[in-house]
Amino acid sequence: MMALVIAGREFRNLFLSPLAWTMLAVLQFILSFMFLAQLDYYLMLQPRLEGLDDAPGVTDAIVAPLFGNAGVILMLVTPLLTMRLVSEERRNRTLSLLFTAPISMTEIIVGKYLGVLAFLFVVIGMLTLMPLSLYLGGSLDTGKLLANVLALILLVSAYAAVGLFMSTLSNHPTVAAISSFGAILLLWILDWSSQSSEKVGGVFQYLSMLRHYEGLLRGLVSTTDLCYFVLFIALFLVLSIQRLDNDRLQS
Amino acid sequence: MKKLIQANQLTRYYGTYCAVREVSFSLVRGEILGFLGPNGAGKTTTMQMICGNLAPTAGEIKINGIDILDEPKKAKRSLGYLPELPPVYRDLTVDEYLGYCGRLHGLQGAAQRKAVDVAKGRTGLGDVGQRLIGNLSKGFQQRVGIAQAIVHMPLVIILDEPTVGLDPIQIHEIRELIRDLGQEHGVILSTHILSEVQAVCSHVQIINRGQLVLNTSIEGLEQQMRASSLILGLGATPDVSSLRGIESVLDVEDLGEGRYRVFHHHHENPASELARLAIQSGWPLLELTPERRSMEEIFLEITQTEQTPKEALA
Repeated sequence: MMALVIAGREFRNLFLSPLAWTMLAVLQFILSFMFLAQLDYYLMLQPRLEGLDDAPGVTDAIVAPLFGNAGVILMLVTPLLTMRLVSEERRNRTLSLLFTAPISMTEIIVGKYLGVLAFLFVVIGMLTLMPLSLYLGGSLDTGKLLANVLALILLVSAYAAVGLFMSTLSNHPTVAAISSFGAILLLWILDWSSQSSEKVGGVFQYLSMLRHYEGLLRGLVSTTDLCYFVLFIALFLVLSIQRLDNDRLQS
Repeated sequence: MKKLIQANQLTRYYGTYCAVREVSFSLVRGEILGFLGPNGAGKTTTMQMICGNLAPTAGEIKINGIDILDEPKKAKRSLGYLPELPPVYRDLTVDEYLGYCGRLHGLQGAAQRKAVDVAKGRTGLGDVGQRLIGNLSKGFQQRVGIAQAIVHMPLVIILDEPTVGLDPIQIHEIRELIRDLGQEHGVILSTHILSEVQAVCSHVQIINRGQLVLNTSIEGLEQQMRASSLILGLGATPDVSSLRGIESVLDVEDLGEGRYRVFHHHHENPASELARLAIQSGWPLLELTPERRSMEEIFLEITQTEQTPKEALA
């Protein structure tokens, strides 16, 4: 309950600065540009695809690449949203307001997490409107579309969890932003090294976010991938709670 | 009477540095406790521990009978805290901010709006509700900080240097407010301004180098301020040895021009005997005043006597 109070404040706070509005505008512009480019490309290829037996449908040809790109772009954007969550409050010494109020550390972290997640859901919602517009002129594989949306939701939730954790580590928002970007990018490309050795490769491949994301984008909603993201998010939230509690113990 | 705050043997280390050592005290309703000490004495650390912002290395704190370490959420319901820097969000308006503070303490809907109005009324923020906190002056931001601490009507209000950076009129208003709050709440006030303690507090504690060196009521402090000396002014040159002859007189110091400082035992006042002696000896008695020590002197005396043995050890 108290977490929702904090979440509401965080969400509204984002819209007090031009940051959120700019972000929504820029993201929408770039993503719709990509969407249109993809659509154009598909229309160009369509006559040739018709002849094939196992041709990719509209969903495979347009939606999956669009969500794939969105995953990469949000990797750049999420750290900017999460960087201020805790570090700015620590810097401005406003954390004591939350520490003195009758709320637990868990509620503070969960509240801040939900607040930023709500904003990211707005971004995903606006992105999803684009493929939905295709229903005007044709039909989509709804199951696959939903799998794509779910994939992106899980992915940005994981980004936000890392970003929040990095924000609890630092007093400087920019430091938090750069470290969360680094951490996310590393986790994303971790499977590049998997070719080098068979043994370690498997572990790295499993840890890489890209692998799990791609699986879901193909429309393959497997428990392994879902568990990966849920565990990933839970891990970073628990670490954030621990880190914030450390402020009280160590300082 | 039920104790609102009960602190036992609070100790806090930062690494190997001991910021607060075995501090114990209590607070009941209707008391305004002044927490005095030089900078770096451990005032803020102690307050942060009471408010649950900092965990003590050892010791226990009970707020209204509830241990803040065991049941922090329950204990914190009775707390309002204004840190040194008011924890305000500069990009919110006063109303938005206070509403948020109220909701954090579990107030909702009409009750929350009413609480915000009451808090604004008490701190004189009625006209600036729609203004951004970042655009307000330092004094008004400080008031917003105080309003934040009282919005949920806590039993205990803890104010860390609430009058720093305010102009004299504002200081006067804030002191009035604190006195007012002291009627129905328990208030702890930290400051390094001695006259402030004299002006508003009912009890005073002096902390130095992390240790409590004085814990007394304001009357007790008045007692301390009564020095054991008199100024005696005579129109003739007296026989100093006959002054010394009075039983309760310890020493006489010649200040020149017929004025003498007469030191005496703390509990026996030789004024009447001095007057009798002067009249008997035919010395014109011009002045006979008990000397008072200022709080500054007491403060310096207490904090410095504490200092000497430690330095001797080092």
